[in-house]
Amino acid sequence: MYEQMTNILLQLVNHVASVFLNNILPQVSAEGGAVADGSIPWDTVTTTLVVLAGLGIVFGVALAIVAARFVVKQDPKVEKVRETLPGANCGACGFAGCMGYAEAVAGNPDVAVSLCAPGKSAVAEKIAEITGKKAEKVDPKIARVFCQGGNSLSQRKFIYTGVMDCTAAVLAAGGDKSCEYGCLGYATCMRACPFDAIKMSADNLPIINKEKCTACGKCVAACPKQVIELALMSKAVVISCHSKDKGIDVKKKCQVGCIACGMCVRTCPVDAIKIDNNLARIDHGKCVVCGLCTKKCPTKAILDHIPVRPKAFIDPAKCVGIDVCEKVCPVNAISGEVKAVHKVNQEKCIGCRMCESRCPKNAITMVEVSVGAAQTPVKEQQPVSA
Amino acid sequence: MFQHALTIFIASALINNFVFSRYLGLCIFFGVTKKMETAVGMSFTFTAVMLISAALNWVIYTYVMIPYHLGFLKIVIFIGTIAAFVQAADTIMKKVVPALYYKLGIYLALIVTNCVILAVPLINAEENYSLFESMAMALGSGLGFSLALILMASIREKLELADVPKSFQGLPISFVLTGLIALAFLGFSGMITL
Repeated sequence: MYEQMTNILLQLVNHVASVFLNNILPQVSAEGGAVADGSIPWDTVTTTLVVLAGLGIVFGVALAIVAARFVVKQDPKVEKVRETLPGANCGACGFAGCMGYAEAVAGNPDVAVSLCAPGKSAVAEKIAEITGKKAEKVDPKIARVFCQGGNSLSQRKFIYTGVMDCTAAVLAAGGDKSCEYGCLGYATCMRACPFDAIKMSADNLPIINKEKCTACGKCVAACPKQVIELALMSKAVVISCHSKDKGIDVKKKCQVGCIACGMCVRTCPVDAIKIDNNLARIDHGKCVVCGLCTKKCPTKAILDHIPVRPKAFIDPAKCVGIDVCEKVCPVNAISGEVKAVHKVNQEKCIGCRMCESRCPKNAITMVEVSVGAAQTPVKEQQPVSA
Repeated sequence: MFQHALTIFIASALINNFVFSRYLGLCIFFGVTKKMETAVGMSFTFTAVMLISAALNWVIYTYVMIPYHLGFLKIVIFIGTIAAFVQAADTIMKKVVPALYYKLGIYLALIVTNCVILAVPLINAEENYSLFESMAMALGSGLGFSLALILMASIREKLELADVPKSFQGLPISFVLTGLIALAFLGFSGMITL
């Protein structure tokens, strides 16, 4: 079999060589002044090879001499940083290309390592390693819509028939929505988004695509009602209302507005919510994203953007029966005798992770269970192509 | 001889202007003419590289390629020569005049693969110009290219303020402009007959 294969290969090589030598070479050698009668002009072939090799050697040696004679000492860190950078030369860092940033970050102690937007935190960590600087964790942001009052849940003052654009509608007495803080729903943000991350729901509310949103802020600038804000992606519990009206007025205009009843303030286990100007506000520095307030809010004005919340499980082998977890649980989902193995009531558990961090024996693990944990807003988020 | 060289110089700079008559080197032409500063920088670098590479290639063509009947290798050898020379210039400039390197260094890399730089030695070889005529050709082409860059950069800087229809903004309007300037350059065509 091998013989056959080598035979075929040899034939192929012979064929290619004969085509090259008989058809291609004579044509070029015609210009070179050699024979064109079908025989191989070995003179031309050899002189070509010799001359090209000679020129190559001359240039190579000359370049080598120049490179050795005019060597510039460069910080080796610069080259290392440049290799880690994506090399897209996009300029998002504010320097002239990747090389410019590499030089700046290696040479200037004030230049942060996290400026490369396409490289994200992975590149920032590597640069920090090379330059010996500290990498601050970049907490990604996302655009959040602070209104849930779509067409079906809110009232309109009048029928607007003008140009179907929020910036135009707002000129007509502040827009047709009764609530002057709410989303008008004419999709100006969707058109402003350069990443196609915003879709309008069936209820005429913008839905932000978590994967596509880069927190560029174009929609924030485009919205005439300032309904969209940039917020930290990790702080997924959001009071989705901007209304500063009194509770009774909010009730008249919208079914899902914040009425400043104070239920969330009393519920919050870490005192992160305050009511200011008839509107509840979460202090995201304190918020532990437990999601308790979403459950207690009577008007469902608080949104939980985590679709699946984990459940706490206690490892009976590790549990020694200190009732720290029982005390810390905001929903009393954990019960058990002192010095006996404790149990988690899975139906009550809201996956806030408060017990997980408190257990001294690390006996509690969080497991994602998809059944029955999804929150109501997810159902609404059915994008409609507009 | 001097008169003939002058004719070649003027012809290559104006009548056969590489950008407006031969439509070569357009990528650099549109790339660096957004700002006057980069256009001027490119013009200097370009003309200098053009002169030196034309001289080098003339020497190699006359003393190596013609005696050995290697005319058919023009493109390969010219590109190799230009690339080697530009690389050497890059290294030397970085050491000797770093300030100039950071201003013009980025253009050097662009120049290596530029069609105008290659076209000049090719035309020189085709027409069998002497060294003096080759230099006149290179200088004329370089200055003609510089003229095109500076003309275009000054117009495009003004264009920033103009109210251009959205579909024409950016490259399309630049192409329209180039066409109009090319029409104007047609006026030179009767000036000298080679």
